Amino acid sequence: MSIYYTQEHEWISVEGDTATVGITDFAQGQLGDIVFVEVPAAGTQVKKGGEAAVVESVKAASDVYAPLTGQIVEGNAALEADPSLVNSDPEGEGWFFKLTVSDNHELSGLMSAEEYKAFCDAQ
Amino acid sequence: MSEASETADKTLPLDAWHRAQGARMVSFAGYAMPIQYEGIMVEHRWTRESAGLFDVSHMGQLTISGDDLDAALETVFPADLSLLKDGRLRYSLLLNDEAGIIDDLMVTRRDDHFYVVVNGATKDGDIAVLRSRLPASIGLDHLTSQALLALQGPKAAEALARIVPGVDALTFMTGDAFEINGVPAWISRSGYTGEDGFEISIPAEDAEKVAGLLIAQPEVKPIGLGARDSLRLEAGMPLYGHDLDETTTPIEADLGFAISKRRKEEGGFPGAARIQHELANGTITRRVGLAVLGRQPVREGAMVVDGEGNEVGRVTSGGFSPVLETPIAMAYVPVASAEPGTAIRLASRGKIFEAKVVPMPFVPHRYIRKGAGQ
Repeated sequence: MSIYYTQEHEWISVEGDTATVGITDFAQGQLGDIVFVEVPAAGTQVKKGGEAAVVESVKAASDVYAPLTGQIVEGNAALEADPSLVNSDPEGEGWFFKLTVSDNHELSGLMSAEEYKAFCDAQ
Repeated sequence: MSEASETADKTLPLDAWHRAQGARMVSFAGYAMPIQYEGIMVEHRWTRESAGLFDVSHMGQLTISGDDLDAALETVFPADLSLLKDGRLRYSLLLNDEAGIIDDLMVTRRDDHFYVVVNGATKDGDIAVLRSRLPASIGLDHLTSQALLALQGPKAAEALARIVPGVDALTFMTGDAFEINGVPAWISRSGYTGEDGFEISIPAEDAEKVAGLLIAQPEVKPIGLGARDSLRLEAGMPLYGHDLDETTTPIEADLGFAISKRRKEEGGFPGAARIQHELANGTITRRVGLAVLGRQPVREGAMVVDGEGNEVGRVTSGGFSPVLETPIAMAYVPVASAEPGTAIRLASRGKIFEAKVVPMPFVPHRYIRKGAGQ
């Protein structure tokens, strides 16, 4: 299992050809209290850089972009009932969606954990 | 996914103090201001249950003095100042000639002068308007060396009375001069959260000392602008620049209470003719409160749409109510749709939201009024 990060503060955990996507601990800290999450339905096709989910804090709405092209396998239904999972466990139970990776080459443009940490430190 | 960052804004007297308390600072009204310390939800609930300390030093504090002051000020404010006793304050409005709202403000009679608190983003414009409309014999001072704190919440009186004996004798919308550990302070029982509470004007040089004394009380925590906004929204109070501006009139904004009966009848203030016309004939739109169905908040800028999808109004404030745990909003809707219970459709971010007009405040006010018993 490999974990990758984007400049838009998503994390992507890849196992075989399935990727699980969420927002990072840094991102949830910036957003503050999450009160609503909309995740894509299974079967939805998403394109790298396209809108895939919506996350709303008390203060503001933000789009979450698909970090990879592929088909959604599952949206995290638990977030509908308890959006605060994104605050309490952003890189675990607070995942947003899983998708089937259609182009492995897209992974090469993503950051490693070390690169992402350096990126956040520079923010 | 990032938010407003720190900029080269002007700093307020408590800037270093906020940072030392762990505040995240953002740009607001030209100043670096604390948006939150621990988190908006926690700070919001703390204020509703205990007492929150807000720094509102960005707001403008003015004094107006001179001969025939009541008559002069009645030419610029629609308030009935002849009824305003010493040490009492009133919510009022600064209007343009078409009754558009230039600002909303609090005016207090203080002995031989009036003390006026105006919004931070509008204060320079307000001063220019007041100066142009008042006779040269009337003095207008901008108290730039005063800081302003607000202590809000059900335990505010208990906490403040410990360091300012006697302050709990004030009732809602009254003020008086006090001392806080030797610091001269003008304190009024007022605020903008819907809770009991106080606003405290002190010399800027003493602001850190007074803020430190206040948060040393176990009931008190510092609260940021984020929770200030969600609190005032729950309290059904409009925010200038969002729910009110120069294109909205007091009648459209449902602020007719701010214009006394005598002034409505007699006029004699900017925009009076338009207000009298609207009172007699009604307006096209009115500000109402909305309960939004579902869990997704609908924000400022969302459209109110009719059955055909045409824009007929606009959401001016919207968010998630931490107390009700549901999305709430303020919007201008057609008057025919302004009655509580009316179904309203909103369009935002490519989606349609269902909402219902509900009475405001969304969360009941808890002011300590005269004669209500304490």
